[in-house]
Amino acid sequence: MDRIPILRMGDTLLVTIQVDMQDQTALTLQDDLSNQIAKTGASGVMIDISALEIVDSFVGRMLTSISGIARILSATTVVVGMQPAVAITLVELGLSLDGVRTALNVERGMELLRRSRQENSFGH
Amino acid sequence: MATEQSGTLPLLSEQNIVASRQLVRTLCQELKLSLVDQTKMITAASELSRNTLIHGGGGRMRWEFVERNGRRGLMLHFEDEGPGIADLALALTDGWTSGSGMGLGLPGSKRLVNEFDIASASGQGTRVSITKWK
Repeated sequence: MDRIPILRMGDTLLVTIQVDMQDQTALTLQDDLSNQIAKTGASGVMIDISALEIVDSFVGRMLTSISGIARILSATTVVVGMQPAVAITLVELGLSLDGVRTALNVERGMELLRRSRQENSFGH
Repeated sequence: MATEQSGTLPLLSEQNIVASRQLVRTLCQELKLSLVDQTKMITAASELSRNTLIHGGGGRMRWEFVERNGRRGLMLHFEDEGPGIADLALALTDGWTSGSGMGLGLPGSKRLVNEFDIASASGQGTRVSITKWK
């Protein structure tokens, strides 16, 4: 089974999903990320899905779960790079990814995480 | 595969779900579907393959290129000999789930394709057929 690598850049954990994941791979990533957030005290998680040609309900649910788990562990998650065709399909499928923050690309995702960190440090 | 007009893929493991997505992508490209239509058909195939594996206890995906009124299309059949669905109307309701999922599989897939047909009865397995027209 493939295992998706998790990179650490300062306060941020970075995940780039580049393979068509089996369901078990997605579940393992969810576990690995949860453990890494707790272990490193990361304040941000960025998941780059620009290489994914489809996101079905299973992967969508995984993205929602990771965002929820990260929030409880006091980290902000941002999903970046979703292809337009994937977004159209997700909405029609009925998945709105509630609670998942998104950004068009890595740069904007980093900016979103930076702002979120500032807001938290000012106690908003 | 390029010249085949129909075929069958077993759906007996999680790897087979990945294989079904890859096969459907190739077939959609042969049909020259638009990128959005390809994405919708592959996503629907992924949902229904998972249903066949998880709820049907495994089965198969049969595929065929079809033609009607001069239009070409891709038709997929997901078949299992599992426990079947007792209440089809309920299973096609958004948000209704038999347990593990979010209840999007059947109604969601239906919205992603041009034609959707389902036959199932308690104890008699399930067959879901979907078609995307070029």
